Amino acid sequence: MSVEALNRAKELLGAVVVSTHSYRGDDTVIVDGANIRKTLETLKNDPDLAMNFLADLTAVDYFGREPRFEVVYHLRSFKTGARLRVKAQVAEPEDGSNPALDSAIELWHCADWMEREVWDLYGIKFRGHPDLRRILMYEEFVGHPLRKDYPKEKRQPLVRRPPDEV
Amino acid sequence: MAETRKMTLGIQDVEDLAPDDDPMPTEPMTLNMGPSHPAMHGTVRIILTVEGETVKDADVQVGYLHRCFEKEAEHATYTQVFPYTDRLNYVSPMLNNVGYALAVEKLLGVAERVPERAQYIRVIVGELSRIADHLTCMSAGAMELGAMTIYFWGIKAREWIWELLEELSGARMTHSYVRVGGLAYDLTPDFIPKVKALFPKIFAVLKDIQDSLWENRIFRDRMDGTGVITQEKALSYGWTGPCLRSTGIDYDVRKAHPYLVYDRFDFDVPVGSKGDNFDRYIVRMDEARQSIRILEQAFAQIPEGPVCLDDPRIILPPKQAVYNSIEGMISHFKIIVDGVKIPPGEVYSYTEGGNGELGWYIVSDGTGRPYKCRVRPPCFIITNALREMIVNRPIADIVPTFDMMNMIGGECDR
Repeated sequence: MSVEALNRAKELLGAVVVSTHSYRGDDTVIVDGANIRKTLETLKNDPDLAMNFLADLTAVDYFGREPRFEVVYHLRSFKTGARLRVKAQVAEPEDGSNPALDSAIELWHCADWMEREVWDLYGIKFRGHPDLRRILMYEEFVGHPLRKDYPKEKRQPLVRRPPDEV
Repeated sequence: MAETRKMTLGIQDVEDLAPDDDPMPTEPMTLNMGPSHPAMHGTVRIILTVEGETVKDADVQVGYLHRCFEKEAEHATYTQVFPYTDRLNYVSPMLNNVGYALAVEKLLGVAERVPERAQYIRVIVGELSRIADHLTCMSAGAMELGAMTIYFWGIKAREWIWELLEELSGARMTHSYVRVGGLAYDLTPDFIPKVKALFPKIFAVLKDIQDSLWENRIFRDRMDGTGVITQEKALSYGWTGPCLRSTGIDYDVRKAHPYLVYDRFDFDVPVGSKGDNFDRYIVRMDEARQSIRILEQAFAQIPEGPVCLDDPRIILPPKQAVYNSIEGMISHFKIIVDGVKIPPGEVYSYTEGGNGELGWYIVSDGTGRPYKCRVRPPCFIITNALREMIVNRPIADIVPTFDMMNMIGGECDR
């Protein structure tokens, strides 16, 4: 990854940046989940940075910490070879509904399945995703298995339920 | 004439479907392909909407081999994750082993200190695995277009490689040979001569495959100009590896971000020009040859020395010390039960797997077990593009296009 890219990103994003850090050669920009779409668009379209490749998209559940979730984007520039990690902080709504943030599908096609996977395993919704279905688990599955409060030993045999209970 | 054409379809009588010179009925038909289909080597299901022979829409469904790799990894010590990584891309398990070990070492901050001999051996077993991976893709791809002989030739060559890796690690496919900070054990004494003796045989197999297929009308008709993707689309779909290189972009992690000792080898990155299935086939064929080139240089350069870090906090003590001293016993016990303690932090480490950029995003909370252990599966991301590549194309194009993506169920579904 590259420190120059991090500095340029800080300059471009300005007040949107919550914090940044560099660890073991990886550079990270942390932003609020509400600004993620604008952040990614800025990083992608800037001619110097040109972060035109979404290498990976995943989430982490920091159960017991506020905000609870982080959605992690790993970007790479095919122009400079620099890499950058963008983390979006997403809090769990107080009414217990699923947290949500904007989809990156208009910027990169590959966000399609990656976002479906995050929805499936972590229960984070992506606004603007045209087809947010489960991808790895089956449709009838209840809950989101990679959340820290989902017990590893829990078993869910696949039983057909009426559609309104799913 | 009309009398003889009266057909029974389901419960309805359909009279005179079409006169003789009319085209096929164009009403869309839904067709289910997979998850277990003789022409698809992987557990993937495609729900097709077809009009005649043309695919009008497709819903690609993966996940039939999902076994929650990440959840399991979060409950295992860093060392216990290795057997799970074997089962990701089970055609080239060594590459997964190496990629995961490098990620944990990066998180520990010891990547530079791993002995050179261990780094060379990791390159050697990794490149052998890459040849096996490409041979599998090429032979299965040819078989599904009807060339059964090619399959036997390719799988025979893959078996030669796997026999050597079995001799080295004790397991034919699930090697678990690499460890955090080094390797399980050194090379067997006659491993290098045996691999060297294999080179001419593998070259001969590659030449046989090339000679049989390059001028073969059936093969070329189904491979040339099918499954075409542009550079922009491939990048937007997050493609890496041989599939991305078939479009002409020379991105190879071994060259772009050299890891281990790859910067000491002289090798080329084969690229295609049109981004069709045949280009992907050629790129894999040439890459297998380049891997042999890397292996030859690695055998010439490999130094003598230890294969593990000298650090009792990471590496298990020798058995002699475990059985005869209390310190050795405690050290062994702590590493097995608690795992290797890693300071809190996060890294993204990336290596060139058989299918492309194999990324590892690992978050540590300071304990001996990963808080988060994400693998970026290259073929999951590549398979995302399958829908767009088969829509508005004939049904027959699905098989070569899917084959050349080399979707491996274990890695795609994790």
